[in-house]
Amino acid sequence: MVPALLALIFLGLPLLALLIKAPWDRLWQVLTSPTSLDALRLSLTTASAATLVAFIIGVPLAWLLARQEFVGRKFARALVTVPLVLPPVVGGIALLLAFGRRGIVGQYLDQWFGITLPFTTPGVVVAEAFVAMPFLIITVEGALRSLDGRFEDAAATLGASRLTIFRRVTLPLIAPSLIAGAVLTFARALGEFGATITFAGNLPGVTQTLPLAVYVGLEGDPAEAVALSLVLLAVSVTVLVVLRDKWLRTGASA
Amino acid sequence: MNGLTAKVRVARDDFTLDVDIAAQPGEVVAVIGPNGAGKSTLLRTICGLTSISQGQIALGDLVVDEPDRGIWLAPDRRHTGVVFQDYLLFPHLSVRDNISFGPRSAGQSRSQSQQAANHWIERLALTELADRKPSTLSGGQAQRVALARALATDPLVLLLDEPMGALDVATRLDVRAELRTHLRDIEIPTLLVTHDPLDALVLADRIIVLENGRVTQQGKALDVARRPATTYVARLLGLNLLRGKANDGTITLDAGGVLNAAAKSDSGDVLVAVRPDAISLHANQPEGSARNVWQGVVDAIEPIGDRVRVTVTGAPTVMADVTTSAIVELGLAKGSQVWLSTKATELEVYPAA
Repeated sequence: MVPALLALIFLGLPLLALLIKAPWDRLWQVLTSPTSLDALRLSLTTASAATLVAFIIGVPLAWLLARQEFVGRKFARALVTVPLVLPPVVGGIALLLAFGRRGIVGQYLDQWFGITLPFTTPGVVVAEAFVAMPFLIITVEGALRSLDGRFEDAAATLGASRLTIFRRVTLPLIAPSLIAGAVLTFARALGEFGATITFAGNLPGVTQTLPLAVYVGLEGDPAEAVALSLVLLAVSVTVLVVLRDKWLRTGASA
Repeated sequence: MNGLTAKVRVARDDFTLDVDIAAQPGEVVAVIGPNGAGKSTLLRTICGLTSISQGQIALGDLVVDEPDRGIWLAPDRRHTGVVFQDYLLFPHLSVRDNISFGPRSAGQSRSQSQQAANHWIERLALTELADRKPSTLSGGQAQRVALARALATDPLVLLLDEPMGALDVATRLDVRAELRTHLRDIEIPTLLVTHDPLDALVLADRIIVLENGRVTQQGKALDVARRPATTYVARLLGLNLLRGKANDGTITLDAGGVLNAAAKSDSGDVLVAVRPDAISLHANQPEGSARNVWQGVVDAIEPIGDRVRVTVTGAPTVMADVTTSAIVELGLAKGSQVWLSTKATELEVYPAA
């Protein structure tokens, strides 16, 4: 009993502290300051963009992993999970070595196309997508795996092409998991810190996302840091609520 | 328009399906067989979900699978209407959208496909269900929707996989009767796969018996029912099937015993089919007109409906159906000595294939 209670207090107390110590009297003022607004706007746009990127390239990969036999599939699946356990800072360094100005791909991006990613807003998106995409891939792959493939067989006998089947049968059937995966990805991207600061730096208005602003704020204006932390906490709680509804629904229909 | 012809050979590690079947336009053919006989595989080869290793499948003039000539059409180009075992209605689409899915996939416009759907919604009396989701339908209703969805594609052949499999026993009777009326109106060949003899007898014009990947018997439903070719079919239909040699109306059974038949025409290897209710049980040796009388030991007693089926070991070993009161009167229990009798006219004797 006591250890269990201790664990609960240990997990709950810091959140409680955050609520107690929040500068409630000047919360609005802090949140609407130019730095905060910039960070908020940047975080929302980059996290959305990262989620979109994950959707466009992650869903096809999930489909491939779930449905196609190919050499190296196990390796590919392991690779997808690496960013989940890799310290984000290491991810950031790896991104620099790949897409940095001297990186193995980055130097050609720079020479041939004049594209530089590090220390730019697109760089933030790259860092966030790198860290967060596995959530979408794994969720969607699991859904595709557990989907009854006979629905797709039925659609085929009704004359539907593979693309039609995917669009009109597969996607709608895994919609709950698509939403859950996207929400998880968005939440992870929004909270991304290590890879972002390493790969994209900490330039206000350009690459300084909410978590970075919190970190910087802690050194200058702690009240601002706490206020911005509240915003991130609110997002996390929202994510939990959204996912809980999803889990309840699938639980009921199973 | 021509019917369905399928010479199907599918070889797997531990199983070979090797059958040659056909169905005429408007004909309902039931493929019946035990689990693992290859029924579903056969159906899957026709709609293209499994490819054959040898042979040819043709829907009318359209050859859809012929490995030797390198012909193989994907399921979506075959024009087969399939009603799957648990119907597989798309859960996220309404009844109407399920039915219009086929026409829509075939490239018809939204309004055209809605029109096609409406035609079948009306014909199968689904008007009141059209806007409901499949999860709210009863088993019988879902089956009708699945049938409408399959037929709305204007298929060249209709395939039904265990059409009663997803229904509870109580509703089967009604749904089966209803399905029968619908199948009668269909002008394309219909192939239905089932392990339930009632489905085959009620729904089909012709029965094909599939055992271990091979056809062991085919013919009109009534003929198969009266003259089963294998123990499987006989047991399925609740018949006693005995094998023996006939000589001038006297049949010496392979497993022991002699029976006398009324007809004397057949001689040589024959099969004898006897209905269990044509066999009477007696405590003492019966006197009377029955030509066939023998003795045995009761091996099993099980109730079937309002009758009781008694398995008696003897020469021959048979199943006999008697009333509950007969069990009491005769004091039957496992191990009881009992006399059996059946009339010569009750024996259906026919040459063994």
